[in-house]
Amino acid sequence: MEWETVIGLEIHVQLATKTKIFSGSSTAFGAEPNTQACAVDLALPGTLPVFNENALRMAVMFGLAIDAEIGKRSVFERKNYFYPDLPKGYQTTQLAEPVVGRGHVDIERADGSTHRVRIHHAHLEEDAGKSLHEDFHGMTGIDLNRAGTPLIEIVTEPDMRSADEAVAFARTLHSLVTSLGICDGNMAEGSLRFDVNVSVRPKGTETLGTRTETKNLNSFRFMEEAIELEVERQIDVLESGGEIRQETRLYNGDTKVARAMRSKEEANDYRYFPCPDLLPIVIDDAYVEAVRATLPILPAQWKATFVEQYGLSDYDASVLSSNNVQAAYFDQVAKACGDGKLAANWVMGELAKHLNQHDTDIQASPVSAEQLGGLLERIKDNTLSGNIAKKVFEIMWQDGGSADEIIEAKGLKQVTDSGAIEQIVDQVIANNTKQVEQYQAAEPDKRGKMLGFFMGQVMKASGGKANPGAVTGILKQKLDALCD
Amino acid sequence: MALERSDVEKIAHLARLQLREDEVEGYTQTLSDILALVDQLQAADTADVEPMAHPLDAVQRLRADVVSEDNQRELLQSVAPAVENGLFLVPKVIE
Repeated sequence: MEWETVIGLEIHVQLATKTKIFSGSSTAFGAEPNTQACAVDLALPGTLPVFNENALRMAVMFGLAIDAEIGKRSVFERKNYFYPDLPKGYQTTQLAEPVVGRGHVDIERADGSTHRVRIHHAHLEEDAGKSLHEDFHGMTGIDLNRAGTPLIEIVTEPDMRSADEAVAFARTLHSLVTSLGICDGNMAEGSLRFDVNVSVRPKGTETLGTRTETKNLNSFRFMEEAIELEVERQIDVLESGGEIRQETRLYNGDTKVARAMRSKEEANDYRYFPCPDLLPIVIDDAYVEAVRATLPILPAQWKATFVEQYGLSDYDASVLSSNNVQAAYFDQVAKACGDGKLAANWVMGELAKHLNQHDTDIQASPVSAEQLGGLLERIKDNTLSGNIAKKVFEIMWQDGGSADEIIEAKGLKQVTDSGAIEQIVDQVIANNTKQVEQYQAAEPDKRGKMLGFFMGQVMKASGGKANPGAVTGILKQKLDALCD
Repeated sequence: MALERSDVEKIAHLARLQLREDEVEGYTQTLSDILALVDQLQAADTADVEPMAHPLDAVQRLRADVVSEDNQRELLQSVAPAVENGLFLVPKVIE
């Protein structure tokens, strides 16, 4: 039988606020255990939550970016369960009246087609602390620094049909929330965590199969592996006459093994009810419009601009628009040099290579968009060859300075003057009589290949400064003249 | 709506309340009585009534996103039964 995979996602996005959702404790990552957990976070008696306006603003930004209905009135509720990393005995979250209603995110499939994934809703909630199960004399260690970190939980409709589509969605969402500046996107630190709901059904049928949920996937690769493994498992179970149990599963990316965590039959009944410590949040149109005015250019908009305005390929435009800072950087370089394709090659090539080697990101790039734009301008007007430009870039990266300053100081201006090039060519021909004889002896259709040697010699003699196009023409002309 | 013993046992478990065997009967009765009262309330026509999230007719005040709490770990952990390396220690929990 042919099976169809159905995937829905729940994504926890840590909001990049300075403080927690209901207290003034810092949310900075990596602090000593429990040094960022105040009396409110610890749920000491008598403490009360006060809601962080920045968390609300970021949630509304997200809602606007996915074209969602914004909840003008939203309500916090208590989700009750006991676990030591949740000191209150309940998680403050939203259920019936979330801040972000129905919306959608368009993703691009591998074949270039577009697919719309509907968002069911997104709600605000608090993160829990961390349990450390290493050996503390048979006890568990609790770090509450993360407790109370603001999250939005985004819930999709079951609109994805393969691991590829799910990963494409995850990547699109990652670039969206980082471009909005509402999440740092650091998946290794848990800033973005994916739960995948997977079921299978016979192809052509409409009824959804029983689903399982694999929790807390924190890399795109693990997500893809976990989905593929789970689809395979479900098909095996069904084809051998078994039934899928609705359960929560955990995938271990290191061992590549998944196991059932708890079955939903014995799942907790969370007994939600509106939180009496928090009043309804009410926002008006003016607030929503004020937030809308702060929205940056989003990846999809950047991408469309790059394709239309600069004639970039779909792939290049996707890569460059995936991150807002990179997109703005590229745009500035392209504008400065007036050649989008050249700018794309350099931003994705030489610049990316250097950023990678120095383990830094574009925000901290020692070469600014203005500097790189100035360098590419000098390639455009033939002052520099591509190779010399790389040298200038290297100097720029190390010591700073504009392209013109470096060209001037190091005397790197490309030689385009044909008289000067002819001189060098004559010299090279005179110094390499043996190779010239071979050239003369060769069949005319083999000579093109042999030109490379002379090219290399001329470029070397000119210190790399001769214009390669001009050299090729002059060399060919002079050598062929010797063959007549 | 009348509760069964098993309902009361489940509710007690969810709230982590340890009931003595001889207490279950009494709770079954009193909780059922409360639900009977709710049934009576259900009879009221609420078609035109907006659901109430909070008894106060007010909206949530917001707090500026500025760090206002400094590290008070030592003070806060002075009342904890067990701590080590800055962590609170609790009876082992593992899923």
